[in-house]
Amino acid sequence: MSNEGVIYRISGPVVTATGMSAAMYDVVRVGHEGLMGEVIELHGEKAVIQVYEDTSGIRPGEPVLNTQETLSVSLGPGLLTQIYDGIQRPLPTLEKEMGVFITRGVDADAFDLEKIWTFEPQVAVGDEVVGGQVIGHVQETDTIIHKIMVPPTASGTVKSIESGDFNVTQTVCVLEDGTEMQMMQKWPVRTPRPFQQKYAPDTPLVTGMRILDFLFPLAKGGAAGIPGPFGSGKTVTQQSLAKYSDAQLVVYIGCGERGNEMTEVLDEFPHLIDPNTGKPLMERTVMIANTSNMPVAAREASVYTGITIAEYFRDMGYDVALMADSTSRWAEAMREISSRLEEMPGEEGYPAYLSSRIAEFYERAGRVETLNGDDGSVTVIGAVSPPGGDISEPVSQGTLRIVKVFWGLDAGLARQRHFPAINWLNSYSLYPQSLDQWFRDNISQDFPEVRTQISGLLQIESELQEIVQLVGSDALPTDQQLTLEVARMIREFFLQQNGFHDVDAYCDIHLQYRMAKAILSFQDAAKSAMASGAQLGDVVNVPSRSDLMRGRFEKGYIDIIDSMVDTMTAEIAATVEDN
Amino acid sequence: MTGKEYRTITDVKGPLVFLNKTEPVAFGEIVTLRLSNGTIKNGQVLDTSDDLVIVQVFEGTSKIDREAGVTFMGDVFKLPVSTDLVGRILDGAGRPRDGGPEIVADQKEDIIGAAINPYSRQSPNDFIQTGVSAIDLCTSLVRGQKLPIFSASGLPHNDIALQIARQAKLKDSDEEFIVVFCAMGITAEEYNFFRSDLERTGALENAVLFVNLADDPAVERIITPRLALTAAEYLAFEKDYHVLVIYTDMTNYCDALRQIGAAREEVPGRRGYPGYMYTDLAMLYERAGLVKGKKGSITQFPILTMPGDDITHPIPDLSGYITEGQIVISRELHQQGIYPPINVLPSLSRLMGSCIGEKTTREDHKSVSDQMYAAYAQGRELRGLVAIVGEDALNERDKQLLDFSGVFEDKFLRQTRDEDRSIEETLDLCWTLMSSIDTKYLVRLDQKWIDKYHPDNKA
Ligand SMILES: Nc1ncnc2c1ncn2[C@@H]1O[C@H](COP(=O)(O)OP(=O)(O)OP(=O)(O)O)[C@@H](O)[C@H]1O
Ligand SMILES: [Mg+2]
Repeated sequence: MSNEGVIYRISGPVVTATGMSAAMYDVVRVGHEGLMGEVIELHGEKAVIQVYEDTSGIRPGEPVLNTQETLSVSLGPGLLTQIYDGIQRPLPTLEKEMGVFITRGVDADAFDLEKIWTFEPQVAVGDEVVGGQVIGHVQETDTIIHKIMVPPTASGTVKSIESGDFNVTQTVCVLEDGTEMQMMQKWPVRTPRPFQQKYAPDTPLVTGMRILDFLFPLAKGGAAGIPGPFGSGKTVTQQSLAKYSDAQLVVYIGCGERGNEMTEVLDEFPHLIDPNTGKPLMERTVMIANTSNMPVAAREASVYTGITIAEYFRDMGYDVALMADSTSRWAEAMREISSRLEEMPGEEGYPAYLSSRIAEFYERAGRVETLNGDDGSVTVIGAVSPPGGDISEPVSQGTLRIVKVFWGLDAGLARQRHFPAINWLNSYSLYPQSLDQWFRDNISQDFPEVRTQISGLLQIESELQEIVQLVGSDALPTDQQLTLEVARMIREFFLQQNGFHDVDAYCDIHLQYRMAKAILSFQDAAKSAMASGAQLGDVVNVPSRSDLMRGRFEKGYIDIIDSMVDTMTAEIAATVEDN
Repeated sequence: MTGKEYRTITDVKGPLVFLNKTEPVAFGEIVTLRLSNGTIKNGQVLDTSDDLVIVQVFEGTSKIDREAGVTFMGDVFKLPVSTDLVGRILDGAGRPRDGGPEIVADQKEDIIGAAINPYSRQSPNDFIQTGVSAIDLCTSLVRGQKLPIFSASGLPHNDIALQIARQAKLKDSDEEFIVVFCAMGITAEEYNFFRSDLERTGALENAVLFVNLADDPAVERIITPRLALTAAEYLAFEKDYHVLVIYTDMTNYCDALRQIGAAREEVPGRRGYPGYMYTDLAMLYERAGLVKGKKGSITQFPILTMPGDDITHPIPDLSGYITEGQIVISRELHQQGIYPPINVLPSLSRLMGSCIGEKTTREDHKSVSDQMYAAYAQGRELRGLVAIVGEDALNERDKQLLDFSGVFEDKFLRQTRDEDRSIEETLDLCWTLMSSIDTKYLVRLDQKWIDKYHPDNKA
């Protein structure tokens, strides 16, 4: 059989071809317009293809051409600041070719192949190099050095190495065996990039969001799921993570969500400064936007495109964070394709392999020793959109089985405008143990103990609330009323954080610790004042406490918070004498 | 081009016709069926192969037998568009329904519509004043937004939609909207209500109506909103109009989708709706917005009735996952005799942040909106408590908040069907109403706005 066949059947995004030799995951060109597709099933001499563009108007009998390549991404300088569709076509290029509406049949290089980059060699003639080894540096943006690596499968002795200005397709290094290397390489998206070994994570991904860093920390190289009903804050949380987390690189995947949300990121990020480096945020970001109305097959591919790019930067020794909003839309794309294939459905019509695909995806997160012996990580944060907000459904369950951090968004909290609407009672992180040493060494020796006290107070509050519901809070003894006040302070002063606030949207981890300590100081001062006869009402209402709480909205809070706490404790002590 | 007529129908099932031994038929191609009694029906290809073609028949398959002749029209479904559309009433398949002439086409547009490149979108940020206080204050509408009304049967969502259509304007501008109205499976009575209101106010001249009524073919509803949106896109992005698309009732549309899914024996998703309903709805809702370099815009106002008043039902649920907020109509408020019965608590406009404030509405808008919302939410919650412990158990603050919740509904929410309040009037009203609460309890109001706007300080 040849590389060319003909279309036998078209059913939405799924096309069947006959008369063509094909292997699984071969990339094919479908119809007279050469629409891009991928072989996803073989049936006798028929090849079933998912097509990444709209198929209406295509007819049986039109040609299909097998490129015999697998679906791959292009990797090299030029990736950063880009915005791609699910199959790595740059959206600005598509705009140039097609106008504001995405039509079909247009190919686009992932980045400018002509652009000249300055290549600084890191190896010399005669050096032995192995897969993954860095042969040269390119300063891609102000913040990021793009490390040009030997493809994972190559190795040998350097025969020649260039230095100076080249485009990504020009050869910059040749090995004795004749292998030529360019700054651009390709990698199949469905195959994880190799590394030497996985390490246990021991460093937190510091996000600047108090509830996350303090109560439910995520490790660099870890995986987190954010399930929540519509309007509960998945996207705002993911965007905050993209803005403020201390990853060196961010891959943001808008998977089957709103067009305007991507526009927002595009409008906003170029003007935002990374609080960790002081450089424009866009320079560390790669975006993938395959919105809800773009072809579902490309949506299915988008998460693989994204994670492959993330792994590539990991292999350079960077800490990469990847956000996928929303993995449920990816799962639905799988379901749609699967049903067109007439596969035997599993739960709720999802294919039986749903949970293994989810697991495989999150398994590509991790902190690793790279092929070149460096230390790099991919942290994955996936939003989940459960129907009706009920997480007993397959995508939520498949995610929770594999991730170690669960940030559960709550419709009730969102309705009370308590943001981020993360439920502190049912969310969890399994990382604290492995991260505590880091917190002790870098923030404070007693960090874990402070966390335990804060979360303990929230637990007690929820138990007390049940009693309050029945008898009213006045019926409680004053020490328990104080506990309720302290817990309220935790919720309103500490957990609440407006994702759009100029100052408070990002909170330095050292400041987080001091704010938590401030709450405990309030509790201690109030307890001892009340033991000496002070009234709860007076203690709670000292003016310096509201000053302290409002302070978080002002710049420079970290410099004055300790003295504000001192003022507050002094005022609280003074309430004893007033009595 | 019209080709050969085939008489090769093998099966007819629900709205679907299966036939074999045809020419190579395009996916999505338009089909006409000629019945033995001379009736003509139309359809579209859902699945095509060398051996078998599946056609979805818009007018239903009643009276179709194996002898019916099937002709493939050589093209996908297109709508002839031109500015002549404005002022016209068309049926659910795009044919004149007002006795007027066929539309003389400037061009023909594929009704599926291509996705707007996310890179080419422009963020919506122009505040639309609807004159309805609850919406303008709490869920401000932005030009280019998709903001559905979540309602239920028997509630006055149509009145609200019409009031918005009549009153919607950009602040300090006379620029008018073209209304594209899309009826899907509503009753003739409801339709007449819309039509006569549009006629009465003269809005009909600036409107295009696509009408599929309850007794029109159900499957046709699949294309009706696509026609409406194709017309809207043409008017917005080719002719620079600002277009307001109102469609009602999305629930009937979704039920038509379910019917087709069932006939194809697809594995159903939740409550029998197809697994791809999210994507299908997104293909409609995402056809809202603004694009770079074009003057016009599309704002969408879909209306849906929640079966069983249940917001977790797949239709409101999947809509909420796509739209940029929602306006929720409450049966409880309606039964209290309040119009418009908008429950602001579960309502949300996600784009509100970008369109309110000093430059667009008024400097105190956000602060006032947060405070009104919080005070009302707390007051509503206290109603539950009072039912258990009695009003005497409340402290002063709680008493004031409880009373405020009543005032909020009676004075703030309540307005007449033709009452068009400017945003300043709405905000001033809020200040008057909030003055029934001690300022020390109004913790969400910035002091500087209290100094400037509170009635005590103004006098
Ligand atoms: N951290 C936050 N700070 C302030 N406001 C927030 C925050 N999180 C959510 N919100 C508010 O809630 C709205 C909805 O949030 P978001 O768009 O993130 O929801 P979502 O869970 O992604 O919903 P969907 O599933 O429909 O996409 C936002 O527009 C904003 O008004
Ligand atoms: Mg979202």
